[in-house]
Amino acid sequence: MSGAKPLHPGLFTWPNANPSLIGSRCLDCGEHAFPSQGSCRACSGQNTQNAELGNTGTLWTWTIQSFMPKTPYHTDETPETFRPYGVGYVELPCGLKVESRLRENTPDALRIGMPMALEIISVRKDEQGDDLVTFQFCAAEEAH
Amino acid sequence: MEVAIVGLGLHPFGRTATMSGLEQGAAAVRAALADAGTDFKAMQFAFGGSQDSGNADSLVNLLGLTGLQFTNVANGCATGGSSLNAAYSAIKSGQYDVGLVVGFDKHDRGAFNPKPAEWGLDDWYGETGLMLTTQYFGMKIQRYMHDYGISRDTLIRVAEKAFRNGALTPTAWRQTALSWEEIENAPMVSEPLNKYMFCSPAEGGCALVVCRADIAHQFHSRPIYLKTAVVRSRNYGSFEVFSPSQPPEVAASPTVTASQAAFELAGLGPEDIDVAQLQDTEVGAEIMHMAENGFCAHGDQEQWLADGVTEITGRLPVNTDGGCLANGEPVGASGLRQVHEICVQLRGDGGARQVAGEPKVGYTHVYGAPGISGVNILAR
Repeated sequence: MSGAKPLHPGLFTWPNANPSLIGSRCLDCGEHAFPSQGSCRACSGQNTQNAELGNTGTLWTWTIQSFMPKTPYHTDETPETFRPYGVGYVELPCGLKVESRLRENTPDALRIGMPMALEIISVRKDEQGDDLVTFQFCAAEEAH
Repeated sequence: MEVAIVGLGLHPFGRTATMSGLEQGAAAVRAALADAGTDFKAMQFAFGGSQDSGNADSLVNLLGLTGLQFTNVANGCATGGSSLNAAYSAIKSGQYDVGLVVGFDKHDRGAFNPKPAEWGLDDWYGETGLMLTTQYFGMKIQRYMHDYGISRDTLIRVAEKAFRNGALTPTAWRQTALSWEEIENAPMVSEPLNKYMFCSPAEGGCALVVCRADIAHQFHSRPIYLKTAVVRSRNYGSFEVFSPSQPPEVAASPTVTASQAAFELAGLGPEDIDVAQLQDTEVGAEIMHMAENGFCAHGDQEQWLADGVTEITGRLPVNTDGGCLANGEPVGASGLRQVHEICVQLRGDGGARQVAGEPKVGYTHVYGAPGISGVNILAR
């Protein structure tokens, strides 16, 4: 995806051949957060630093978004081209569970505990025709 | 000083095309005042809330500019619970003798479309399709079913009960019972929850007149006593809506903490409750809230629903008026409808849906985004 730009900066390492999620870690209590934040939800401290959270995990729970959401949803899709997508929490090696779109979009393809891998997808094109990208997870054996 | 509820007013939930949300709130207030045999001039204070229908204190333009203290409350789905909590404190502290609690709303059709910035989130979260409450509810019950062996049949049973009870409730929005097949085969919204397993945004108003217990009989011959009113927000680790990430350890929800505090303050336990209202934004919520409020162990719901324990005829009737599923959810009014229904049941005025055996102690639980719970314990 040459010319691709992150839809929002700082969520994952980019540009990068093997992108990793970026969160934060509290230097006082050790708890992680995603997205990165300057204060700690666990201990109320303000002593955090960015941390790479990796790009693999296991599926903790899931659902399927079966209809096209209203605003603030903003993609290039139309009601005719919309395809249902999975949504889930993926448990990362550090224990943090990150909410994510999932490539798999049928109940048969999703199972709590299945290994997952990060991938980068296009959300829509900007005025210059460049892809605005974000992260999602997919079944690990399908990762590319 | 104990706190009593002496006036009940409800403008029927659902759709009233001819009335604004504010007018539905005023109708509920007038009904509550009439029930208490009093008038608006006698009200010393009011706490009120509405999410989408304007400032609650605009009600004075319809009800009378009497100069009372009127405080607007905005606490999402827990607005009603928070209003009643504030009124409870106002009476309990000795500040006031009698006042009003009111909630109303008039929402557009379809799911709410919240804005990320209002929830402390950046736009990407909504733009990429994660800002939907329905997804959260689907994901929470999905994990719960996995952890505690809850089956899809149990989800269907909760929906069946809601619409069956709604059919017995003249003020309910959905007054038609649905068959197992109709529920089972409804269009899927967010796995594993389908159309009939979710409540819908709606319209309606609800009001209560509250007063010092020692003057309660001046207003009504059958006062209901508000034993306790507790509101709690989420602790770190509670699995809540609109959370881009969740900590490793799952902590007790605000429902658990509010419920435990309420039972402790009232000096009662779950076994003392004769009739309950538990937040049923969707069927999974009612199932999980049965355990989170201490009425059963996690996983027991499977057997409880199969045995009809939470039916009107069961040992612990839950959502006797059909709950949010049959009444819809006008956010500002919904938590007060729960209290209204428990008061109706404790007075013995439930008609076709009246719980037998003259229930003495009732319980209400409201829950809302982004992790707020309000619990009330009521007794006659």
